[in-house]
Amino acid sequence: MSIQREIPLAPTAEAALKTHWRRLNRRQGRVQALLLLATLISCGSVVAILGFLTYFTVPILTEGHLTAIFSWSWRPFHGKFGILPMVAGSLCLAASAMAVAYPLGLGICGFAHGLGPRWLRGPLMGLINFMTSIPTVVYGFVSVIFLVPLVRTTFPASTGYSWLTATLTLSLMILPTIVLLIQAQLQQVDAKVRLASAALGFSPSQTLLWVMRPLAARGLWAAAVLGFSRALGDTLIALMVAGNAPQVPHSMLDSIRTLTAHIALVVATDSTSRAYQSIFVSGLILFAVTGAVNLSLRRLQSRTPAGKRHA
Amino acid sequence: MFQSTKRLLAVILALVFCLCAASFVGAQNLASFKTLKGKIDIAGGTAHIPVMKDAAEQIMKFNPNIRITVAGGGSGVGVQKVGAGLVDIGDTGRALTKAEIAKYGLKTFPFAIDGVALAVNPKNPVSALTSRQIQDIFAGKIKNWKAVGGPNEPIHLFTRDEASGTRATFWKELLKKGPINAKANVVPSNGAMKMAIAQDPQAIGYVGIGFLDKTVKGIKLNRVEPTQENAKSGKYPVTRLLYMNTKGEPSPLVKTFIAYIRGPEGAKIIKKHGFLPLTK
Repeated sequence: MSIQREIPLAPTAEAALKTHWRRLNRRQGRVQALLLLATLISCGSVVAILGFLTYFTVPILTEGHLTAIFSWSWRPFHGKFGILPMVAGSLCLAASAMAVAYPLGLGICGFAHGLGPRWLRGPLMGLINFMTSIPTVVYGFVSVIFLVPLVRTTFPASTGYSWLTATLTLSLMILPTIVLLIQAQLQQVDAKVRLASAALGFSPSQTLLWVMRPLAARGLWAAAVLGFSRALGDTLIALMVAGNAPQVPHSMLDSIRTLTAHIALVVATDSTSRAYQSIFVSGLILFAVTGAVNLSLRRLQSRTPAGKRHA
Repeated sequence: MFQSTKRLLAVILALVFCLCAASFVGAQNLASFKTLKGKIDIAGGTAHIPVMKDAAEQIMKFNPNIRITVAGGGSGVGVQKVGAGLVDIGDTGRALTKAEIAKYGLKTFPFAIDGVALAVNPKNPVSALTSRQIQDIFAGKIKNWKAVGGPNEPIHLFTRDEASGTRATFWKELLKKGPINAKANVVPSNGAMKMAIAQDPQAIGYVGIGFLDKTVKGIKLNRVEPTQENAKSGKYPVTRLLYMNTKGEPSPLVKTFIAYIRGPEGAKIIKKHGFLPLTK
């Protein structure tokens, strides 16, 4: 099969080489076709999901139920199908979970890249890697057993099933996603600049803050987007510990219901009911929010100089 | 010509005889499964699962040619799955709505009575309430246990999702379709409700009577203890029926299964799991 062996056979060599290339090309073509197929299937399913959601939402729009669904009161047995409290719940929870998890993730990555002792880096990253393999339901269950009673006894007015409890649990769940994304980017940058910046006399913390942070901007944005999307898309933790009361929260101790938990709760109702229709709108909103966050951050990122340099 | 007609007649007669035998003579006990084989898939109401699983084990042990699978999902899922033909029997803890029957062409078979009990933590000194007090608690008018003879602590309200048969019964029979406070926590199953109440001395919620045990205390309603006996005699009014539903006429095997559950051996299983068999 090897080319070197075939080259010296002068007259037939060219022909042999040609057939060899042809075979190689054909194989490559096949691989490309397979990859294209995989791409088409994954893109196609996303488009199909959007299509289905839209298809099921259209009757709600044309029948004029939209104002009923975009209202602040969810009392389905009294003809009130407002899902705005759930929209607020989803956004509040995703934002608060990010507010806890993102700085924590940045800290962990800084610790692992020069700020902390070297020997701790391996075990720390091992722990983070291990965290990714814990199923969500375990976080939820442990939280119900330990965190819910803790919150309840600390704040007697709360039932323990609250925005606060869900925030703490969810931030722990999205932390590994954030850390691993930032870490991957820092590692790439680190290899390139470590010696140079050390030679210039930067301390490790200066390197991290002024050399690596701007260079790793892309990874920092990506971690923010994916972390937020995961927090927004999580269903089980919200369902298990957030309390699911369909209300706009006034404090972190209030019970809240997210759009995802709402879908999970309502999907079992009579599929001919109006309540059931609201889950398609909920799905569409989730889809739209995640898409919007992705797009806007991508645009923001392409405007930053560091992002451009690496793009 | 003559002979073949005769043979056809004989076959038809035999078939009719078999069907009759299956539905009348032997349908009451395990022996009626002797000549049958095939698969039954069951899904739906979570309260039904222990009964269905127990019956399925008995039947599969008796006749290994029959496979029965039992899944949960809730009453609404039961209707959707049996309606779409994904399972043979869809269990519900509530009567089917007219729209559901019309949409899927379902046949319904009630087989047991279940009571719904108001439940609190065993540490809570309150053990009896009137229906008026309960309505006020769930409406959010009474907010402190002190108002109903308990300690001076806020009441933690727990309710179920709108797809729940337990909620539907509680809401209709006890709250008389009155309001439930929007601040109440919503839990997705009888099990989750039990867990929440078992942990929280200030909690109040409701579960199927079969779920009451050491960890959650049943509340006397207008001085009537929530027990299955009181539910059957009619003294305890908050009750519901448990149903099996099929899409159209069930197959002989499914028909035999339904008859078995509703027969004397099924009654024993139903009693064993804390429900009351529906005697015809």
